[in-house]
Formats: sequence, structure tokens, C-alpha cells
Amino acid sequence: MYQRNRALIGVGLLILVLMVTVVACQSTPTKPAETTPASAPTGLSGSISVAGSTTVQPLAEKLAEAFNAQHPDVQIDVQGGGSSVGVKSAGQGTVDVGMASREVKQSELDEYPDLRVLTIARDGIAIVTHPDVPVDGLTKEQVKGIFAGDVTNWSEVDGPDKPIVIVAREEGSGTRAAFEEMVMGGEEGPAIADTAILQPSNGAVRTTVSTTPDSIGFLSFGYLDQSVKALAIDGVEATEANAASGAYPIVRPLNMMIKGEPSGVVKAWLDFILSDAGQAIVREEGYIAVK
Amino acid sequence: MRARYAIDNSVRYLLLFSALISIFIVFLIGLFTLREGWAAFRGIGLVQLLAGHVWRPGREEFGLLAMIAGSVLVTIGAVALGVPLALGGAVFLAEVAPRRARDLVRPAVELLAGIPSVVYGLFGMVVLVPLVRRIPVPGNTGYGLLSASIVLAVMILPTITNIAEDAIRAVPKEYKEGSLALGTTYWQTIVGVILPAARSGIVAAIILGLGRALGETMAMIMVIGNSVIIPRPLNANPLTLFLSQARTLTGNIAVEISYATGLHESALFATGVVLFVLIMLINSLARLLMRRRVS
Amino acid sequence: MRESRVVSLVTTRKKGRKANVSRRHLVQKLAFGFLWLTGLVVVAALLVVVGYVLLQGARVITPEFLLTPPRGGLSGEGGISTTIVTTLYLVPLTIGIATPLGVGAAVYLVEYAGEMQGNEGVLLRLVEVARFGVETLSGVPSIIFGLFGYALFVSALNFGFSLLSAALAGACLILPTIIRTTEEALRAVPRSYREGSLALGATQWQTIWGVVLPAALPGIITGVVLGVGRVVSETAVFYVTLGGSYKMPTSLLHGGRTMALHLYYLAMDTRAFDKAMGTGAILVLSIIAINAIINSLSRRLTLELKGG
Repeated sequence: MYQRNRALIGVGLLILVLMVTVVACQSTPTKPAETTPASAPTGLSGSISVAGSTTVQPLAEKLAEAFNAQHPDVQIDVQGGGSSVGVKSAGQGTVDVGMASREVKQSELDEYPDLRVLTIARDGIAIVTHPDVPVDGLTKEQVKGIFAGDVTNWSEVDGPDKPIVIVAREEGSGTRAAFEEMVMGGEEGPAIADTAILQPSNGAVRTTVSTTPDSIGFLSFGYLDQSVKALAIDGVEATEANAASGAYPIVRPLNMMIKGEPSGVVKAWLDFILSDAGQAIVREEGYIAVK
Repeated sequence: MRARYAIDNSVRYLLLFSALISIFIVFLIGLFTLREGWAAFRGIGLVQLLAGHVWRPGREEFGLLAMIAGSVLVTIGAVALGVPLALGGAVFLAEVAPRRARDLVRPAVELLAGIPSVVYGLFGMVVLVPLVRRIPVPGNTGYGLLSASIVLAVMILPTITNIAEDAIRAVPKEYKEGSLALGTTYWQTIVGVILPAARSGIVAAIILGLGRALGETMAMIMVIGNSVIIPRPLNANPLTLFLSQARTLTGNIAVEISYATGLHESALFATGVVLFVLIMLINSLARLLMRRRVS
Repeated sequence: MRESRVVSLVTTRKKGRKANVSRRHLVQKLAFGFLWLTGLVVVAALLVVVGYVLLQGARVITPEFLLTPPRGGLSGEGGISTTIVTTLYLVPLTIGIATPLGVGAAVYLVEYAGEMQGNEGVLLRLVEVARFGVETLSGVPSIIFGLFGYALFVSALNFGFSLLSAALAGACLILPTIIRTTEEALRAVPRSYREGSLALGATQWQTIWGVVLPAALPGIITGVVLGVGRVVSETAVFYVTLGGSYKMPTSLLHGGRTMALHLYYLAMDTRAFDKAMGTGAILVLSIIAINAIINSLSRRLTLELKGG
């Protein structure tokens, strides 16, 4: 008994030591990076807080990493929260930059008159299924029928006789708002079926669709990978080129918001995002550049 | 000398102040959740909020019935699965287990209590959901009440086992000895004498377990599917009800709070108020029962 | 004739009793079998969950995993170093806020309130209110602490999503735990200790500070360590107050991501289940360590008070 507990304490101490080591090591490797010659001369320093849409978040994180490579003394905190939070926190000034994956509503512009909106990229919304679903394309009407809950079996859209599992985003999500606007017909159209599994982020939708047989969901283009299958809509493949050319029917803007005119590090970062280098990253990540 | 007493007195009030911090926090929690939720209570109305079964914030429809049903059902499921196990465990630890077995089971219970809820959620997502999905019922996605109930059952087990074990141990030895002296078997003594004597403590344990189940958040989001529906059986067999997706009150708050503005945000705080009141009621009931045991 | 009837009656009764006895014993055997089974199931449940997470996690846990920060946005690359550090920042911060208040409250409730006279009516009522507060607080679900922290610290006080907001909300969460364990520890200190000190002319506070608190120290530390465990494993509160950025926080007003929160994001937003398992394994190991510390402390406490 006592022996066992001693062993347990041993394990505990070991872990503690490990943790301390981690902290100790943590501070060392970052320092040399700061003094690498490539990044030395800029002299720009400060911090930027960013919050909002989980769709824009990964893109913003990449853009922050790239910006950091040039300006290592600028600390950019990118947090999620959702499009509405992005608008609200930028409008109230709780963060420096807000992110939204939809158009900023008129009501929001009325509430925060100082809000400046900057479209940094455009993004297609892909309709995705579990990779084993043998259906490769749907019409927009069929998608609408499925998500409204009127079409409940894959056999109704030339698939196998399997019930359809709908995966969707939360109320308030920019991706959901854009999807409802462009596919379901906005305010007048039907609502997304009650039986849909609802997940709180694009990533969670992708995870759920990729692990749930016979499921269908919608995702930002930036999240597409081999784990899910993107369907052709009205015969148009869900590719960046088709979205850029306007052939793909479901495309929405990705916005960043600031309160008043940007200045200092915030302006530098936003300028970087709209520069060729920044827009190259936008393209790399699977979104559509705006320049 | 006088200085010593002056210190003594000022410390006394400092300590009184810290003793009152808890109630102050409770007050602040009540104040802030109510204040933020007030717009929803006023704008939507209590009855509509509690009894409305449509939750569509985008269209300004806020009804919590589906979430209340989800919370209640998943709790029932967890209790049905967890209570027999937890009580069995409590009786085992208090009366039956030899020392060695106790030394193995008790740390296990303690550790089960300490494991973070996200770890249970992760386990549920990766192991339980695919298992449950194998049950061949059309519309069964694996995400739903059954997976959530299993996860919750394990999570409330330590709470119930610990308190119930204490209650059983608190039964005076004489009761047991008297009963055994009358020639009953040990099991008859347990069922006929010890458990009835510990009844109120055991009920309190179960009720506290209920409170814990109602309050769990993250693990629920991860396995329950979060659909806003009043769960219903998937086919003719009423038990398939538990294969249905659902959403809990806690999940409703956590999943949407970051997306919410205006009335929607207020409605989420109102959800918090509903949850708060529900859990306060349940816990006071448990406390009442525990008090009765003491006196 | 009559006699034989009596004899037969007796024998049947005996037989019946024997059957009854053996049935009773059978029932007992079955019941005890069930009880043993529950004990086994509890251990098995623990072994399955912990074993699965540890085995899966062991595959990704390398020094590199522990020492590199997460990267690649939501694709879930990189390690967990910044989340370990954020956790290590948040724990002392939360504990530092909650411990003085919690221990102070417990001292008052045990040492001062315990000896109040009838003529201190107002104070007595205050004490009752304070007790009610502690009991209520301990039942509040963590998401409500999150909501509260979001409304008060993040929004109203404008601390934003930050370590400060999270630590304040977390302190509210662990306060009742610390108060309760400290109360227990103080109650376990023998009365004679206090009487001895008071008899020597020490004031009540000197007695508490010099005699009672040191004697109760292992118990108090147990409460604090329990609090550490809760902060390490808590997600719901920090989900709505800490922001979730995986950058290293550089000030109290910066947001961050604890290990538990990182696990949630990995599991939900990315498909990096292996990394989630790795993070889970580290979390589980920390909890095992914390439990071991608590066990050794409480054993020390019992030994000491038994006169060891």
C-alpha cells in the first residue's frame, strides 16, 4: 500500500519536473528566433487583438504567422467567437480587429457607425458529404430540399437507399447565415431541418461529416480536404477557379472590421493582408483573392 | 497589548468579509445573469420561453422546451445507467469489499472524479459514438442521448458513490449487529436494515448526482449532436428515443454564446437563469434530505 | 397417530427452513456477486478510459510535442507547449485569488462563528447567510460561472478575454472547494491545541495563526491541490472567458488556451484526434499526480493527528 503510493508520488514528481522543464525550455527557443537577421531591421512592435468568425480565424492565423516572420515584435492574438462577436467586439473596441464571414448587416452598421469594413478575401461554401456517399453532384434545389428536411433519403437524389444525416452550423454563424441566404432563400425560404446535427465551428462540421456515414454538410472552401467530398452544384465543381470566375453559385465575402481609421501596427498588418504577399497566402489557403 | 487586540479585532472583520464573499458571488451571479437575461424575459415572456418548442434565434423565436427536454432526458438516462452502478459500488465499498479490493476501487472512484470532462467527451466522440452508431436503426447517427447518457453516467458515478458510501457508513453499528443477531443473512441486513437507515443520505446522493448531470457542459456538446429538437423515438420501439439527438440547456449556452448578440444573447443568459434555478431547487432538496439525516 | 403428524410437521418445517436458508444464502451470493461486479465495472471503466487515452496519447507524446507551440491554424499541427504554459500561468493566478479568501472564510466559519453567543444575533444570522452562500456556490454548474465571468469580467469590467477574467471566474468556481476542505481540516485540529495556546495568553488570532493553521496545513494544502485539479481540468468556464488563442500570453490581459481547452478545440475543430489524445494523456497524468499528492497529504494529516 505504502509502496504503491510512493510510486504514485514518484510519477507525480516526474510530471512536475517535466512541466518545469517545458517552461524552462519554452523561454529559450523563442529568443534566438527573435534575433534572426532576416527579421531584425523592421522595428515595428506592439500587439493586435483579433476576434470573430471561425471561418476567417485559420486564415487570419496564417496571415499573422507570415506577418510575424517579418515583424517578430508584433504580437497578434487571433481568437474565435463567431462573426457576430467579431462585429460586436470591433464595434465596441474590445478588440483591434474583428472578423466576419458574412456581409455586415445594416443594423450593425447603424449600431456602430465608426465601423470600417475591409473585404480581405472571398470564400465559396462547399456542400460536402461523407466520402463514401456515391452522389457526386446536386442541384441547388436538391440541396435546399435536403437541408429543409423535405428530402430525407439519398435514393431521392439518385443515391442508395440510406437516410440522409444533415450536419449544419449554429444559429449566428456567418457560414450558416450565408448558406441560408444563398441556398435556402433567406428570410422567406424554409429553415434548416430541426433534426440536423448542429456543430459550433467549420472544423467540427468537417469532423462530424467525415466520421458520420451518409451525412451531408456545408463548409467554407478553406476547410476542404480529403476527409470529406465536395459536391458539384448545378454541375459546377467546387473549386477556387470556378468560385473566382463566378460560375460556382455559393460565394460570400470574408471581412475584417476596425473601429475608425486603422493606425500603427494594425494598419501595417491590414496593409500586409491586402498586399501581394498577403493575397498569395489567401490563395494558398483555398480562398479567393480580392486583388 | 492593546495593539495585539486591535490586530485581533481587525482580522476578525477581515475574515468575516472573506466568509461573506461566497454569498456575495452568488448574489453577483444572480444579479448579472438576471440583468443580462432580463430583456429576454421581458421581450419573450416567461411562458413562451419555457414552453415554446421552437428555437430559431435568426427569426427571433426563442423557446427552451427542446433544451429542457434534452437536459431532463439525458439526466434520466444517466441516472438509469449510473445509479445502480454507483449504489452497488457504495454498498460494496462500505460493507462487502475486503481491504484489498477497497484499496483498489476507492482510488479508482477518486480518479474517475478527477478526469477532466473534455477527456470523457473525447473518449465519447472517438469510442462511444462509433459504437452506438452500429445499432441498426434508421436515423441513428451515434450522436445523441444514449452516448451522452453513458458518458454522464460515468461522470456522476463518483459523486453518488462517495456520498452514498458516507451515508451507509454513518448507520450505527448496533443496527447491523442487532439484525445479524436475529439470524438474518448479511445481505438481508443490508437490504432490510442498513439501506433503509441510510435512505435519506442515499437519496441526497442521487439528487446531487442529478445536479452534476444537469450542469455538465463540454462533454455533452461533444457527443449529443446539439440538434434543437424535442427528442422522439426513431421508430416504433420507444427505446429508440435515446438514439435521438438532443441539446442540453448547458450546451445551448456554450455553443451559441459566442455567436449571440442582442436579444439572442439575452435569451442565452435567460437559459442560464433557468438552469440556475433548476439546479438550486434540486440542490436544496438534497440539502434538506441531508439535514434530516444529521438530526 | 397424533405424534407422527407432529413429527412430520416438524420435519417438513425443518426442510422448509433448510430450503429457505439455502435460498437466502443463494440470494446473498447472487447479490454479493452483483456488488463485486459493480466494483469491477468501476475499475474497468477507469482502466478503459484512462488506458485508452494514455495508450493512444503515448504515440504522439515526444519531447517535441511538449516543447513546440501549436501552429497551422485549425489544422491542428504542432505541439502543446503554449497551452502547458497558459495552464501553468492560470493555475497559480486562480489559486492565488481563491486561497486567501477561501481559507479566511473557513477560519471565520470554524474558529469565530463556532463560539458565538446568543447575544450576537446579527452576526449569527450573517454566518448562516455565509454558510448558505458556500453551499449554493458549490452547486452552481461551471457554465454559469462562465456566463457570469463573461458578463462581469469580460464585458462589464472590460478585461476582455484574458487570463485575468478567466482567473477571477475560475477562483469563484474553486472557492467552495477550498472553503470546505479547509473547514474540515480546521475541525480536525484538537480543541486542546487551542485551549493550550489561549491559556498561555495568546489572542485568538495569534492562536489561529500560530497553532491552528499550522496544524491544519496538510488539510488546507489538500484543498488547494484539489483546486489545482479543478482548474487544470475545467473547460466550460475558460471556454467563455479565456478567448482560446494559442499564442503565448504575455500579460494578464492577454487571452490564451489551457490544455483542456486545447483538447476541446483539437477534438471539435480539427481532425487531429491523435494530438487530442496526446493532450488528454498529459491531462490524465497530471490528475493522477494531483491525486497522489492529495493521498499522501491526507495520510500525513491522519498520522499527525493520531499523535504520529
